[in-house]
Parts: sequence; structure tokens; C-alpha cells
Amino acid sequence: MSLGREKRLHTANHKRIKNLWRVARRSCSLNTMMKSSAELLLRPHTGWQPIDLREIYKSRELFGFLVWRDIKIRYKQTILGGFWAVFQPLTAMLVFTLFFNRLAGIQTDGPPYPLFAFSGLVLWTFFANSVSMSSNSLVGNQVLVSKIYFPRIFIPLASIGALGLDLLIGVLLVFAMMIYYRWSVLPGALLIPVYVLGTLLAASGLGLILSALNVHFRDVKYAVPFFIQMGLFISPVIYPLRYVPAGYRLLFGLNPMSGMIVGFRHSLLGGPTDWALVLASLATSVFLFLAGLFIFRRMERRFADII
Amino acid sequence: MVPVIEVNHLSKKYELGVSRPSEDSLRDMLMHGLRNSWRTLRRGSTTDQNSSEPQWMWALRDINFSVELGGVVGIIGMNGAGKSTLLKILSRITDPTEGYVRLRGRVASLLEVGTGFHPDLTGRENIFLNGVMLGMTKAEVLSKFDEIVAFSELEKFLDTPVKHYSSGMYVRLGFAVAAHLDPEILIVDEVLAVGDMAFQKKCLGKMGEFGESGRTILFVSHNIAAMVNLCQKGIVLQQGQLTFEGDAKSAANYYMGAVSGEEKKNRSHTTDLWSARGRLPQFRPWLCKLELYDGQAIALDGEMAIGSTIRVLLQFLLHQPSANFDARINFVDMYGQVIFAARSTYDRDRNWGERSGQQEMICEIHDLPLTPGEYRIEAALVIDEKCVDYVENAGHLKIVGSDFYGTGKIPSVGFFVHKQSWHLK
Repeated sequence: MSLGREKRLHTANHKRIKNLWRVARRSCSLNTMMKSSAELLLRPHTGWQPIDLREIYKSRELFGFLVWRDIKIRYKQTILGGFWAVFQPLTAMLVFTLFFNRLAGIQTDGPPYPLFAFSGLVLWTFFANSVSMSSNSLVGNQVLVSKIYFPRIFIPLASIGALGLDLLIGVLLVFAMMIYYRWSVLPGALLIPVYVLGTLLAASGLGLILSALNVHFRDVKYAVPFFIQMGLFISPVIYPLRYVPAGYRLLFGLNPMSGMIVGFRHSLLGGPTDWALVLASLATSVFLFLAGLFIFRRMERRFADII
Repeated sequence: MVPVIEVNHLSKKYELGVSRPSEDSLRDMLMHGLRNSWRTLRRGSTTDQNSSEPQWMWALRDINFSVELGGVVGIIGMNGAGKSTLLKILSRITDPTEGYVRLRGRVASLLEVGTGFHPDLTGRENIFLNGVMLGMTKAEVLSKFDEIVAFSELEKFLDTPVKHYSSGMYVRLGFAVAAHLDPEILIVDEVLAVGDMAFQKKCLGKMGEFGESGRTILFVSHNIAAMVNLCQKGIVLQQGQLTFEGDAKSAANYYMGAVSGEEKKNRSHTTDLWSARGRLPQFRPWLCKLELYDGQAIALDGEMAIGSTIRVLLQFLLHQPSANFDARINFVDMYGQVIFAARSTYDRDRNWGERSGQQEMICEIHDLPLTPGEYRIEAALVIDEKCVDYVENAGHLKIVGSDFYGTGKIPSVGFFVHKQSWHLK
């Protein structure tokens, strides 16, 4: 590398830029009044604030693109591709059927155990993946957080949105299994969206809180998989609600996934259900979601400084 | 006229380390207790908790300025002066701690070209993703898609994942998207300084095309020459404070003065090059020190008159034996132009043979004919035509006015002085 030559080149470049810039600027008429009246005030934010719904609505297209991006890149360079979306609940179903049903002797209230387990697993897998993906989403998109501005809330939510496709495939597979087991579809199936929504709210709420905390404390990354694993056992995925003593049901309902899984299964497979538990879980979901929005909003101010 | 960019008492505070959370963090509320108990658990004692005072620094302190419609303003300052922080606040990436900024018009800020590109997505997909991320609507991207592609000259690679792009292609695609943003206020962080010249020309031409409405540009730069060339107005930031605001040329002058003023505090005739800051990562130290002396071998503390003789002593370590080493010294003016280059290989009687270990060379420059001003000295060591070490700030020289021509007039215009004679016919 020749120092002199490099410097000369550098200087020559600047002269060229200068001329180009002049040309460029001359063609701008500078005194016309601006057409747009967009005005932006950037000031310190303190305390708890609601999210800016207008801004979110305005950039909704970006949300769509982020979801699309996350779907698109998730299975890039994999051989099985989209099959991974159902691989997890399917294998879990087989393993659970073998161990918990055949060996440990857990019995359902009617439906065949594989169908019972799979219907619960579809929803649970969506929840578990949503929480773990979204909690790592901000840290995984550091460049976006520190170099560009758009509503940050999109990052964790988009990673959950992208999993919606997996959920859809999963639900379709549940229907396929119902056909296989000749289990008739009940009108209760109309309530499926409610339970999906509840799950979405709970996952989003937790995802927002955890992703924000993860920016500050990378401990989250290690804690989440562990707690998700534990969560499987305190949710009625493997076993029916009957195994939970009645006195503990409401406490059990504080776990948002208890009620969602119970309700989801009930609407698909019928049988007895505990509405109080479902409502308690729904309430927890809504609460988690709102808490997530506010906490995220509060913590997002410092993301770029810390991440 | 109402200013387009209005920065009012803007301050930004950063915590240093993690000694203590600031009063406005959730961590304070939620985690503080937890942290303490965790520390207690870990250390088995309760001492050393928050014993230190809150540690923070002001990255920006009480910044005020405004930019009119159509203004092109450059912001310069040394590393750590707060340029990036200011840029981040203006780009909404981080909140100010105090004060406010009012932006009137559609803003686009480019802190980096191609931010948000995903390596696994194709060029086509990234154009959409990046465009929408930078604030375009999908329809806008769609309508400008062909233009963007044509602009980037990457038609053939549109369906190739960008991870297979060369860095030049990557930058071109990034530029192409950014060039079609059509903002009213553009905040740029020297991104214009990248990419090859032919492409830069296209970018600037594109900006000209925007044309109809006045475009306001805020250009943050580490390069004074670029600032003077591109901007009408200049703003100097020093240690988080705005210390100068005026036309670009005066800002550059002020900045140079400020830099040398700061250096004056610890100015001496000798500069330690071994532990010099800002050495490029590909270099390990070979250069040890640089010393300045005048013609009588008296130490020179950085100021001399026009046309004086200067002796530069360069000490370096040859990590390997070499007969073909070349010590180089450049005198660089405030615009970053090399005004004069001295090289040991320019010495005709050069016959030093193979050397190794520590060497000292003295370069005597007779009657250095530079006009008054501030000059930076660069030092480099080249072995077998390959640069092995280079220090950008190897010394500082201020040439002060003197009666070089012996006429009672102090020359100041131009780059150099030269003896001349005039005859009236």
C-alpha cells in the first residue's frame, strides 16, 4: 500500500464529490415550501406510557414484512424445511404416548391418548416456541435495534407471528387426526380462535417482557428454555385436568396455558371442562399482554444504549 | 422561516459501566432488589453494594441549533465528541435525557448502508424489506422497484441471496434503496464516503433529481475536507458540547484550532508512536517515536516560521532484518491533503545495507516552504514496498507567519512559498 498514492486518490475523490454535490444541489430549488406537514417531536420519555397505536398502525406493512422475513429465513438451508413445524409436536406425541400413556398409565377422559396429547401439544409448542423465539429476538437483531428506527415492538411480535404458520399447520393436523380416529367435529370448534388468541396474548406478553429483559440481562437466554420445560409439566398437556385436585384448579388457572389447553381440547374433542379455570387463564393472558406492552414500552428507551 | 430541524437544550447521559442503574430504569424497580440479593449470595457478604457514586457521563450537553429548509449542515468533532449520539437521537434510535428535537418533514436517516438486509434473503427480497424498514410503503417500493434495480446495476444478481454478494454489491444495493427514499430531511453518517466513485456520482445525481422540494441535509462527518466540500454550514462538537456554529469553512478552521489547542496542552517535540492511538488493526507497532528539531538541532515544540529548516527524527524497530526499508513522513494540511511527502528512499546516497533492531533516522528538510497554518505529520514504515506501520497523528506542526521574502509582508495565500523575482519590462 502506498501512502502517498492513497492520499492523492483521497483528495481527488473529494474534489469530484464537491463538484457532483454542487450539480446535485443546484437542481434542487430550495425556497419552495415543504409539502408535507409531518412533524416529529423527540423528547425524553419518562414513566409508564401506553404504546403508540397510531405509529404501529402506520407501519403495519413493515410488521407484515418482518413476519414474512422470519418465516422465510427460518427454514432456509434445511433439508426438511417446513416439516420441522410439525416435527416437534409429532415426536413429542409419540414419546408421550409411549411413556405416559402406555408405561405410566395416564388415561384421558375419552379421546384416544395420541389425539389428546397432540391437540395439547400443538398449542403448547406454539406457546413455548413463541416465548423462546421472541425472548431472543431483540438480542438477535442488534443491528436493527441500534442502527434503524421502527416500532421495536415489531421485532418480538413478528417472531411470534411467524410461528402462526406452524400453529395453523398443527391445527390442520389435529383435524386430520380426528378424521383418522373418527372423532366428530363439534360446534365448540368455533371457539378455537378464542383459545388461540388467548395463547397469542400470553405468549406475546411474556415474549415482550422477556425480550426486553434479555437486552439488559442475558440470563434470560438461559433461564427461558428451562422454565419452558418446567411449564410443560404444570400445564395439562400430558395429563387431563382430572389429575389436578379441585382445590388447586384456580391456582392452576394462573398458568395461562392451563385454561387455553383445556379449552382448546374441549372445543375440539368435547368432554367435561372447567370454565372457571378457562376464564382465569384468559384473564391472566390479557393481563400478561397488557403488562408486556407497558413494560416493553418502558424498557425500549434504553435498548439502543445497552444492547 | 420556521426551522426544519430544531434542537433545543439537548442532553444525553450515559451510564459508565454497570455500577448503578439510573433512576429511570425498570431495572431499578424490578431487578435492583434481586441483584443485591444475588450479589450477596455470590459474594457471601453485603459489603460493596452501591458503595460507588452513580457513574455517568454526558455524551451531549445542552446542544442548541436549528437548520432551515434546504440547509446542508455538517457536524464535525473528534471521536467521542457526541456526533454519533446526536445522530442516534435525531434518528429516534435513542431518547435524549433532556431537551427536545423538533423535525418538520419526512425524515430518513442512514446510519449505515444496507442495515436490515438479511444475508439469507435475495436482493429482490431485501429491496422490499429494507425499503419498508426505511419508511417506504410497499406500493412505493413496488413503483420504484425497477428504478432501484437499474440504479444498483444488480439485475443479474437479484435472485441471489445477498450473503453471496461482494461488499461493493452490498453497498450498491443499500444505496440504491436509500437513494429512492425521497425524504424531506436526510440525516447521513458519512455513508456517501463509501462505494466506488462512479456509483457515488450516481447517488449524488439522484439527489439532484429529487429537486422540486427543498431537501434539508444533516451530514455527520469525521472528515473535515468532506464537510467543507459538501456543506454550507458547520457545527463543531467537543466533548458533548456545541462549541462552534457558522459557515463550513470557519467551522473547519475552528475545529483545527481546537484540535491543536487540545494537543498544545501536552505538546512536546516528541511523539510516542509505539503506543499511538488509532493504529489500523492490520498494523502492529514498528514505529517507536518521532521528534522534531530545528536547523540547529534544538527541540521544536511544534511551532516554526515559514521557510525554516526542520529535522525530523524517526525511531523505529525492524522486527526482521531488512535492507529495503523506507521511512516516510507526510505533511498534511487541515483538509487532509498531503502537501509534502518525504521518504528515505528519495535520498540519492542511500546505501545502508541490511539492518535489524532499533533504528533512528533523521530527515533534514531545508527551508520547508509551507504557508502559515496547522499541519499534521504522518509517519509510515514501508518494507519491501509493503506498508508495515502507519501512524496518522505522528506529530503536529504549526507554521507561523514570517517575512519569508524579506519584504515586510507575511505570505499566507496558497500551499507553499517559493523564492521568486519580478521584472517590469
